[in-house]
Amino acid sequence: MTNHYCDLKNADVILIMGSNAAEHHPIAFKWILRAKEKGATIIHVDPRYTRTSARCDFHVPLRSGTDIAFLGGMIHYILENKKFFKDYVLNYTNASFIVDNGFNFKDGLFSGYDPKKRKYDKATWVFDKDGKGIPQRDMSLTHPRSVFQLLKKHYSRYTLDKVSSITGVSKENLLKVYEIYASTGVPDKAGTECYALGWTHHTTGSQNIRTMSIIQLLLGNMGIAGGGINALRGEPNVQGSTDHCILYGNLPGYLKMLSASLDTLDKYLHKYTPESKDPQSANYYSNYPKFFVSFLKSLWEDKATKENAFGYSWLPKMDDGKHYSTMHMFDAMYAGKVKGYFCVGADTAVSTPNSNKVRKAMENLDWLVGENIFNNETYEFWRGPGVDPTKIKTECFLLPAAATMEKEGSQSNSGRWVQWKYKAAEAPGDALPVGEIEIKIMAAVKKLYEKEGGPNAEAIVNLKWDYLDSKGHFDVIKVAKRINGVFLEDTVIEDKAKGTKTEFKKGQLVPGFGNLQADGKTACGNWCISGSYTADGINKMASRGKEDPTGLGLFPNWSFAWPVNRRILYNRASCDVNGKPYNPKRKLLEWTGDKWVGDVPDGPWPPQADRAKGKYPFIMQRDGLGALFGPGMAEGPFPEHYEPLEGPLEKNLLSSQRMNPAAEIFKSDMDKVANASEKFPYVCTTYSCTEHWCTGALTRWQAWLLEMQPELYVEIGEKLAREKGIKNGERIKVSSIRGEAPCIAMVTKRFKPFTVDGKEVHQVGMPFNYGWLFPKDSGSDSTNMLTPTVGDANTFCPEYKAFMVNVEKL
Amino acid sequence: MQITRRGFLTMTGAIGGGVALSSLGLNLNPTRAYADELSKMDRIKIARQVTTICCYCSVGCGLVCSVDKATGKIFNIEGDADHPINEGSLCAKGAGFFDLTEANKHRLTKVLYRKPYGTEWEEKDWDFALSRIARLVKDTRDKNFIKRNDKGELVNRCEAIGHYGSSNVDNEECWIMSVKSRALGLVYIDHQARV
Repeated sequence: MTNHYCDLKNADVILIMGSNAAEHHPIAFKWILRAKEKGATIIHVDPRYTRTSARCDFHVPLRSGTDIAFLGGMIHYILENKKFFKDYVLNYTNASFIVDNGFNFKDGLFSGYDPKKRKYDKATWVFDKDGKGIPQRDMSLTHPRSVFQLLKKHYSRYTLDKVSSITGVSKENLLKVYEIYASTGVPDKAGTECYALGWTHHTTGSQNIRTMSIIQLLLGNMGIAGGGINALRGEPNVQGSTDHCILYGNLPGYLKMLSASLDTLDKYLHKYTPESKDPQSANYYSNYPKFFVSFLKSLWEDKATKENAFGYSWLPKMDDGKHYSTMHMFDAMYAGKVKGYFCVGADTAVSTPNSNKVRKAMENLDWLVGENIFNNETYEFWRGPGVDPTKIKTECFLLPAAATMEKEGSQSNSGRWVQWKYKAAEAPGDALPVGEIEIKIMAAVKKLYEKEGGPNAEAIVNLKWDYLDSKGHFDVIKVAKRINGVFLEDTVIEDKAKGTKTEFKKGQLVPGFGNLQADGKTACGNWCISGSYTADGINKMASRGKEDPTGLGLFPNWSFAWPVNRRILYNRASCDVNGKPYNPKRKLLEWTGDKWVGDVPDGPWPPQADRAKGKYPFIMQRDGLGALFGPGMAEGPFPEHYEPLEGPLEKNLLSSQRMNPAAEIFKSDMDKVANASEKFPYVCTTYSCTEHWCTGALTRWQAWLLEMQPELYVEIGEKLAREKGIKNGERIKVSSIRGEAPCIAMVTKRFKPFTVDGKEVHQVGMPFNYGWLFPKDSGSDSTNMLTPTVGDANTFCPEYKAFMVNVEKL
Repeated sequence: MQITRRGFLTMTGAIGGGVALSSLGLNLNPTRAYADELSKMDRIKIARQVTTICCYCSVGCGLVCSVDKATGKIFNIEGDADHPINEGSLCAKGAGFFDLTEANKHRLTKVLYRKPYGTEWEEKDWDFALSRIARLVKDTRDKNFIKRNDKGELVNRCEAIGHYGSSNVDNEECWIMSVKSRALGLVYIDHQARV
């Protein structure tokens, strides 16, 4: 979230799209309803009528997988009707930048596409620069190659007729949403968006979110109270696990994972340290070397020296252009290349798309290590449906873990609040915290390498790994302090702006990432979280102050919010170029002439009207401004509508490119696809319910919750049910070209057929909370037996939200 | 951390009343349930109160665990009224949090091992598991280690071991796993944030 949960109450309009907040984030929804009580308009756009729809001002159904078309139409509406916040767009976005002459867009493809590789060469997705290397701008926004004009041209194709035909949303409903949401493009109104898996689970997931980001920039809704883009994320510490990057492409703190071609530390730092010639751009990532070297020091401390490039060569390097996400891992496992598998606190045999392939892949494993508080389908794959255990070679370990209230540590919510929690009781039996299990496994591995040696053994034997306390248990405080960062030598930090010098002693904690050093004097496990401890060792994550000085619900003394306790990101954009709040009624921040007052500002510099010292507000962007033109994306700098891998249409109604041209296609014999097929004519989407969580791997074991939602069902609209002769409560079969899922039919008014390209299209939906292991007698299994192995072109988040099925009576 | 119990839990007594009435042949189950609740409130008042954060969605609601000082066991978990986000309220899953404690008979409490081609789990101890897992990790890593790729570039990686999870453990545990995987040279590293 750019903002945070309590801040939802500050909005004037809330668009809930890609989320069923009332059922999946009930307590977040409380804050949405609080905005409604104060007069805000709440809109729900979703294929299905849910309890969220019931409490909103109105619900607009749209066909799964057509969000970019819907939102692209909104961009068109905002630009055509001049509803954008001009002062903001001009000063705080790259609307005025001039794009390279070679850039173009034709029939669904941007310049530079290579159909063989399904990748773009982005050489023309750049800005023209002046003699000093600063991007050229046209402040009149009329230059035909200005971002503003290109944006306008791109979305001029998203007319009401076209968008209605693609999405199945009536033109009246489209206009209603566009008008109400665009009404926030004025200084004293705030609009926010809440999304969840309904936006990420698509081959165009990242671009769904980017389309909304463009809208938020056009309306001046970024960086303000009651604004922003808010991901209601689905796991208790998914923000923290992402921050610590248990992800193939990043190291803790979103540092870039190494690639083979970057064979030296210098080359690596050169590539990932952005340079800006514009003196008004803070370009905060120019500090990248400090964060990265401090991370290397946190791993190997005194073994990482200037002479050995701080151990740079010890880290693994990915092959350039290759990806190693979950789907790639199971694809490699299916091909017999992955032999050992750690599955911690997860149930991948249920949660990964194309579960049949995943389970077949696991049969190739030599060993499997599971760590969890309950058993699940992944750990018992060797005796799953249709599997003969006597034919499965895999050596399996299932290690008992402590539950959350049986251990101390911190958890980060979606609003980036890092909250400390305490141990209430001992874990039962032999169970241990996952952290302790992991430390002990690695300690045992380390011991073997110390004794026997092995390839690249330095990375392991030199690893600083002293995170057990004197009694041999997980020392969580020690790890938390390592993450925060520490001075490894006596260090004098000079602040030239303030004219001060501060001396820190060896062993003292760093007060924040601004103090990190690129020369090896500091170690920091994750620069984003630096500042969670004070230099005197006070744990700010444990703060429980309830003061609310701004009245906006920032609660600055409750827990620690990264970065540097900033509660709303990009908050300098809530003020005009002189630092005066655009909306004095919701004053998030104000420049008082010598300092910012309010939230922790995005940097101490004066507002940008001060041409000498002032900085632009989007400090993490190289150019300092919000990116309407976003060349970082795999499939283009402007989001474009493409159909899902599997959909009801043979053609994309907007271009000749049916699906995302940059999405990777998996090609194993178990990766079958059926687009616009008579055999699988219905659009299917998946979701959760209030009583279960994710795969149900924790909640299915709880009698109270299971009683409420006992087994797998499919929601079918009344018209389709009548056509198929299916009755409510009847046991039926849902199938895709990849597998089957027997379940109970729930005939409902919540799904209505869509009119798409003039034809009637039915959509059905299923929860993803079930598996075969428990409850024993239900006959349910994973909904992911149906879903395809395909994902977003940037993130490889699978397309669980739009694929094609058939429903049949048994 | 021990916190002060909220003021509204000052109800006392009235537990004995129902017992005498039971001899009249009335159905006193609801009364008994009520009495049990009152007795639980008495226990809560003298319990050790420990705060935690919910382990389901990412809203980060606060909960209070009541721990019996004599046994050290949790006997009640409810919403933390002092928490600025949930203000004491919880969803169905959060309200059922107690069923995650050891009171749930399905909790894993032993190290389980399934040998190759085996048909059942066997109970083992930590020493066995840690030393055997370490052996398997080292043998798999060493046998399949890729020092240089096809282009001859130094890559120092192991593609033969995958690591998945987890976004439902604490930050400090996440960092440990992230770092462990890198030191081993793994590249197939992922978790629920992807899905």
